Amino acid sequence: MRYLPHTDDDISAMLKVVGVGSLEELFSTVPEDCRKKEPFNLPDPLTEWELNRHMASLADTMATMPEYKVFVGAGSYEHFVPSSVLSLLGRSEFVTSYTPYQPEVSQGTLQGIFEYQTLICRLLGMEVANASMYDGASALAEALLMATRITKKKKVAISRLIHPHYREVVKTYLWPTGYEVVELPYLESGRTDLSALDGMAELAAIAIQSPNFFGCVEDLAALREKASEREAMSIASFTEALAYGLLRNPGSYEADIVCGEGQSLGIPQSFGGPSLGIFASRMKYVRSMPGRLVGKTVDMAGKQGFVLTLATREQHIRRERATSNICTNQGLCALGAAIYMASLGKHGLRELAKLNYDKTGYLKGRLEEAGFKVKFDSPTFNEFVVEFPSNFERTYKRLLDQKIVAGLPLASYYPELNNCYLMGVTETKTKEDMGILVKGIES
Amino acid sequence: MKEILGTTGLVMNEPLLWEKGGNGRCGFSMPRRDVESSPIDEGLVGPVPDFPELSEVDVVRHYTRLSQWNYGVDTGMYPLGSCTMKYNPKVNEKYASLPGFTGAHPLLPPSMVQGALKLMYDLERFLSEITGMDTTTLQPAAGAQGELMGTMLIYAFLRSKGEHRSKFLIPDTAHGTNPASVSLCDFHPIPVKSNEDGILSPEAVAEVMDEDVAGILVTNPNTLGFFEENIREIGEIVHGKGGLVYCDGANMNAVMGIVEMGKIGVDVMHLNLHKTFSTPHGGGGPGSGPVCVKKHLEPFLPVPRVVQEEGTYRLSSEYPDSIGKVHGFYGNFGVMIKAYSYIMSMGPENLKKASQLAVLNANYVKESLKTVFNLPYDRPCMHECVFSDKKLNVHKITTLDVAKRLIDCGFHPPTIYFPLVVPGAIMVEPTETESKETLDEFIETCKIIANEAEETPDLLHDAPKNAKVQRLDEVTAARQPCLAD
Repeated sequence: MRYLPHTDDDISAMLKVVGVGSLEELFSTVPEDCRKKEPFNLPDPLTEWELNRHMASLADTMATMPEYKVFVGAGSYEHFVPSSVLSLLGRSEFVTSYTPYQPEVSQGTLQGIFEYQTLICRLLGMEVANASMYDGASALAEALLMATRITKKKKVAISRLIHPHYREVVKTYLWPTGYEVVELPYLESGRTDLSALDGMAELAAIAIQSPNFFGCVEDLAALREKASEREAMSIASFTEALAYGLLRNPGSYEADIVCGEGQSLGIPQSFGGPSLGIFASRMKYVRSMPGRLVGKTVDMAGKQGFVLTLATREQHIRRERATSNICTNQGLCALGAAIYMASLGKHGLRELAKLNYDKTGYLKGRLEEAGFKVKFDSPTFNEFVVEFPSNFERTYKRLLDQKIVAGLPLASYYPELNNCYLMGVTETKTKEDMGILVKGIES
Repeated sequence: MKEILGTTGLVMNEPLLWEKGGNGRCGFSMPRRDVESSPIDEGLVGPVPDFPELSEVDVVRHYTRLSQWNYGVDTGMYPLGSCTMKYNPKVNEKYASLPGFTGAHPLLPPSMVQGALKLMYDLERFLSEITGMDTTTLQPAAGAQGELMGTMLIYAFLRSKGEHRSKFLIPDTAHGTNPASVSLCDFHPIPVKSNEDGILSPEAVAEVMDEDVAGILVTNPNTLGFFEENIREIGEIVHGKGGLVYCDGANMNAVMGIVEMGKIGVDVMHLNLHKTFSTPHGGGGPGSGPVCVKKHLEPFLPVPRVVQEEGTYRLSSEYPDSIGKVHGFYGNFGVMIKAYSYIMSMGPENLKKASQLAVLNANYVKESLKTVFNLPYDRPCMHECVFSDKKLNVHKITTLDVAKRLIDCGFHPPTIYFPLVVPGAIMVEPTETESKETLDEFIETCKIIANEAEETPDLLHDAPKNAKVQRLDEVTAARQPCLAD
């Protein structure tokens, strides 16, 4: 096996140094009744060339662009990723290194993550961002836990327009703590009904997602106001980070914590992971934040350098009193996002975000012209909900056969939205693609 | 003596991103604009984020230079204890980059994603087989999330029996994530002392075990590199009072094909695909932390689960007792591809061989260095061995100095100051992918350094000198944090 370098001579020489007669004898401390008796029932090994075929046969069953036209977002977005980003991210010095506990031999990762933290702060208008969480869903759960620690209150309110999976993750994370999770309903406009908060007291946090699950831009100013009135923390979540290349950022609405999914920033969809949990806050809360932080400092000779810092918040120092149990994060994905943001630059980011907005606007307009109902009238980014006639399911299936996925059916997430579909559009869809979709729906 | 591995090379300086570039540059091929501009309410539009403006070449040089300041497994030996920094096969990366996988949306109808579902289904079964457990979930994104989820399964199991226990036993050799994870489940961690052999004794467990203890979280092999020999008896004590046994499988690399976790009283365990199953650590992640359980915990596993009917795969959430979800989708699928590829490349016999050679390498280092560094527990070890700086302290040399000097000599330092039960710990895990020559080079270098400690201690105090930077001022970094520019 090419990954195992030992020759028979090596093994004998080493066993001699260790003072045992065989490889089996090395395990003398494992009691007989703990031993595995049978060999593994696993497939025989494949050569690289056999495995190439096998993996290709699995990958070939997957419906991906350009063969398939997938008009679905819902937390995972099809964006173009430049070859330069993928190539740089493939450099083995980035890929095969560990968490930068030894800063002198990890300055590449450390400066890269410091730059990532800075770019995220600038994107979201926040003062401090951590080195990443697992994904948008666990980032939100951690944000709510952080709010309960800071406010010492045991109830949180989250919008029903937060991604349904994120809400499930929040409920799972908070379940053993006994903290109460209240869901806020939504209005006919496709925005969260913040008036449902009236009369609600003792809230640690109020969380909404913007753009929300329906793609609608939420009223973050109203969130700030409602949270302040209750001395609750305001949390702005998101699934489509690219939106903040165009929209006013949550920091400008004085959000306390901003967290979400960074997959749109140059990370392939990969069937839902690995992606990137973005987590940002205000500086005054930094010591309550979960996750790793990279800070700028100097070395003994006065030269600029970077280190992991404020580690007294973390599990390896604080153990059961840590702000989170997170250890391994999504470091390489964070670095990928930084390379992507650096490649776009400020004007590239704005232009790309606006292009996404315009393409979505185009499809929305075409569907309305064709007589379909756009369900909510709030402004949207990259996604919107359309109500199709009740027999649409048949059309949907026919389109699948034509390799077109005409949105995500919403009924299983929101039973009241029968016949409603969440449409997702990004820069990867041409005008022609959208034309084919509309024609397919009409016919 | 051979020439020392470490040397200096031409390493470029590189400023921060925003200190370079020029107005109007862009390193991205903007997709064609084939639609008109759509109107937007100006009140919704924000100022343009202040990103640097760089050409593609600027970006490529920047990150290439940064990468050269990093030490990786591909650069050299990375004997970081408890982290299992084995070789990360290139072919695994290729498969994870296949367009069919990278371009896959997670919410498509099952008929359009059969390959991914089959891969997950098979990998779950492989991991169940390798651990000897009954069922596996791949959802947790890392070991710590696996721990949290596994602890939650225990919480759910006890709740289903109408029990609410408040304590969890954690040995003093545990990873820091262990107490942090059980705390998130609202359990109060109770420390258990390891004995003079560096393992748990049944007596120590019996002393703290009662009907208010939900379970015990044992890392096996433990962080001193020893197999917890009394695990079966400990399991009986814990089970006898209605508690469950959680095994932190971070060190599974030592015992594949040797120990059957499912038969030694373990109810639930997690694995780290980024350790035992060769997926790279990426400078901090992404990892993947599958959780394997025995039958009685299966109803509580997170959803959705992959099910197979007549060769066709789909996702099912029809498990009413499930704890819910810990990931937005199904976990770090891209990492699962690499672990699957690793298992398929290795096959049953080589997996066992990998564990044998990992243990051989660790024992070889232990025997070769036990007269050089202090060895607090002189017993046969598993995948790693733990030394301390006790002998060096007379020369005013600490573990940190040794670690930094190793950098100058071309090696990544071992894990230091962990486990906490050994003051000044130097924890070496060579892994099976290091050859005898490399180990000999490492051993020789350690001997030279131990000698330097006596004769030229300033070489150690001032190390590293060959790295991009010297020792950094971590105190100021924490007192006056600068976390963004």
